[in-house]
Amino acid sequence: MVTFTLNGKTRTFDGDPETPLLWVIRDFEKLTGTKYGCGVAQCGACTVHLDGMPRRSCITPIAMIDGSDVITIEGIAGKEAEAVQTAWAGLDVPQCGYCQSGQIMSAVALLQMVPKPTDDEIDGAMTGNLCRCATYHRIRAAIHNAANAMEG
Amino acid sequence: MKITLLFSGIAVNCLVVGVGIMLAPASKAQNAGSLRPVESFQSISDKRARSVALFEEAGKVIQHPRCVNCHPATERPLQGMSMRPHQPPVFRGDAGMGLVGMQCNTCHSEQNTPVVGQADTLKSIPGNPAWHLAPIEMAWEGKTLGQICEQLKDQKRNGEKTMAEMVEHMAHDELVGWGWQPGDGREPVPGTQEEFGKLIQAWADTGAACPSP
Repeated sequence: MVTFTLNGKTRTFDGDPETPLLWVIRDFEKLTGTKYGCGVAQCGACTVHLDGMPRRSCITPIAMIDGSDVITIEGIAGKEAEAVQTAWAGLDVPQCGYCQSGQIMSAVALLQMVPKPTDDEIDGAMTGNLCRCATYHRIRAAIHNAANAMEG
Repeated sequence: MKITLLFSGIAVNCLVVGVGIMLAPASKAQNAGSLRPVESFQSISDKRARSVALFEEAGKVIQHPRCVNCHPATERPLQGMSMRPHQPPVFRGDAGMGLVGMQCNTCHSEQNTPVVGQADTLKSIPGNPAWHLAPIEMAWEGKTLGQICEQLKDQKRNGEKTMAEMVEHMAHDELVGWGWQPGDGREPVPGTQEEFGKLIQAWADTGAACPSP
């Protein structure tokens, strides 16, 4: 039995301990904002926050997260998340949108660690989040906008 | 260092190709998969020649892609038996743990992790509690075994280790040991860590002589 916190609520999972966290989130918890892209940590679509750090849920066995705190796109909160949401809407960042929950989870984590990131810092943090619509230029601009908004 | 988001754009266009490469079968074993025991070197009467021969045997491990991939000469780790640049494109960062927001543990766990529903040629994501890159002064990529040998003895380039500490590191360090337990679908380095440690100890005991650079 694995016990963890999901978006602030205590949850348990009693299935195969090798079940990826992604599928526990989507199939058992019915939170479908976190996406399956590649299944091998190559695309970033499945990014969640694990104990406050970005983590690819597709290659995270559920047994590994016993006692941990998981935040998904449905549960993200705080000034960084609010700033990112506003900036994303302001620049109309998504095109098809499939990768965007992963992009946003990575962007929020970056801003939590680096409130005013440079272009290089943004690129370094976001390089593992692929976007087939190539919205990268808007993503980077939106992160800058979010940082500026937080700065006041 | 300049990483552009355009690079990621290229990466997505190449994703299918890239994953295809990643899933390519591992190349044939370059080593016999075993190490000669220390005792078998006793027939070499010249002490210096014996020391060099011991290190050359240990070099089967040291120069194996499993080891060199995380001793890169650039800011980017390597991957696979073909020693291609790591995908996703990750970089050294502080203490070899990756850049902020894209650290090693964004993907790598404390243990090798099986992947689910993938091709037979990709069976696991490698992992270890100490997963990180060797410091740049310990880069082995592109160096000859003789150059690596001199590097291992140079305290400015070996983490200020004495020879005894170097032997201990090679023989017992857990991340070094990962090379023999690299996870399903990945070729291990030859022999065992115990055999490797004995070779390094014997090399040290015979004067730690190096092959020609």
